[in-house]
Amino acid sequence: MPKVTYIEHDGTETTLEAATGDSVMETAIAGGVDRIVAECGGSMMCATCHCYVDDAWIERTGTRSEGEDDMLASAVCEVKPTSRLSCQIAMTPELDGLVVHLPEEQV
Amino acid sequence: MRDMELIEGHRAITPPEGMPVWDVDPFDTAILSDPEPYYAGLRARGPVVYIPRWSVLALGQYETTKAVFSDHENFVSSRGVGLNDFHVGDPWRPPSIILEVDPPDHTRTRRVMSRALSPKVVRTMAGMFAEAAEELVDELVARGRIEAVEDLAERFPITVFPRVVGMRDVDQRILVDYGACVFNSMGPDNALRRAATARNKEIAPWIMAACARERLTEDGIGAMIYADADAGEIGQDEAPLLVRSLLSAGVDTTVTGIGNALYCFAANPGEWDRLRAEPKLVRPAIEEVLRYTSPVHTFGRTAGRDCEIAGYPVEEGTKILCVLGAANLDPDKWGDADTFRIDRRPVGHMGFGAGIHGCVGQNIARGEMEAVLTALARKVARIEFDGDAPWRPNNAIHALDKLPLKLTPA
Repeated sequence: MPKVTYIEHDGTETTLEAATGDSVMETAIAGGVDRIVAECGGSMMCATCHCYVDDAWIERTGTRSEGEDDMLASAVCEVKPTSRLSCQIAMTPELDGLVVHLPEEQV
Repeated sequence: MRDMELIEGHRAITPPEGMPVWDVDPFDTAILSDPEPYYAGLRARGPVVYIPRWSVLALGQYETTKAVFSDHENFVSSRGVGLNDFHVGDPWRPPSIILEVDPPDHTRTRRVMSRALSPKVVRTMAGMFAEAAEELVDELVARGRIEAVEDLAERFPITVFPRVVGMRDVDQRILVDYGACVFNSMGPDNALRRAATARNKEIAPWIMAACARERLTEDGIGAMIYADADAGEIGQDEAPLLVRSLLSAGVDTTVTGIGNALYCFAANPGEWDRLRAEPKLVRPAIEEVLRYTSPVHTFGRTAGRDCEIAGYPVEEGTKILCVLGAANLDPDKWGDADTFRIDRRPVGHMGFGAGIHGCVGQNIARGEMEAVLTALARKVARIEFDGDAPWRPNNAIHALDKLPLKLTPA
């Protein structure tokens, strides 16, 4: 199962095993990473699962969709070029070892 | 097409071999008034159940319900989310261009709506919501005994939502009834639906007139939608239909959410104490109310092609009831599903649906519920039942008919 590491604003690191096909958001919720809120449950309606993809992974995770761009405009923390909604990144074997950084706040 | 047998405006199906069959009417008023035993029965019979009464399939287990409801490629919305199949009969009203539509058409209208209803836009309304909630709660606390459906659950959205949309015309009864009519129309041809059709004839002209550009102010989300039409993102003829969607989906639903929240706290005073002690729990508390009470209890889909559900073949044209209320109480997903616990954080509940058709107004709904609960938590020490609180049967909505409450000031 592919692994994903979440690095919180204060440096706290959590590494979780993801089921292939589950999103980075779903994996975080199942694993108790509460810096991802995911209020809308993955409908791309809330921008509370904001993450910054680590520079080393940005090529592999792909780019945002247009709708995702619109919703990121509602994120409460700074939106950077590496910003993604973690509900929109599906875990695959190719993403094994993925690192994402979490903003200080989601709501 | 000619020799096809129709039931409730959709093609009758032959149930796949081995699929559990249940002789039940999910739209019976007794079930709509007290749905939990039906939910449990549906889940117990299997992931997918054939219901001969309406020749439909019904889903109540969380995993299957969520999977089908989110799978817009196999299970389409453009053939109606009620029992009528728009491919074989005329819809009861011109279809919604956001609810009853599939990609790519849906993608365009959805984008306009999700921008107009984004968290960023809703944050600008928070001050207005808080002020209105404060004022209303002060008045109700002074009164002490209230009928919370009309006095609070209906009044709050009717106070703030027309301002949000920028409506010049406000009529509490019509706005609440319109939503109820739309949702009742998703059921079979029963007394509820017939009453809704009759009522809709009276109020639809008022609703359409209120959606016209000249009846809207220039600073509301209605005007944002018309501005997107000017920018060419949607057609000029589409803007009033999207404003209509705000009115059909944005009033009665929120009324229900607020009423159901008060019911939950009256029934669980310990959770009310907890919210008062930890006001930050208000957001997860809202999610728990939605999971626990499912304001929208059932929505349909239509199989757009031959496909399968839980290993059973499903033929094109099959109507499928996704029983969100049953999925939200599935113990396989939630554990102690029958317990109302405000710190549960039930991410993935189906209260706002799921997938590309997930409720586009959910941020406003949360904003309104948060304002009301926050004001109440500050000013009200106890919420108690002050008489019977019966549910009001509706083919798609799970709402209270009456909610007499006694409020004890903090």
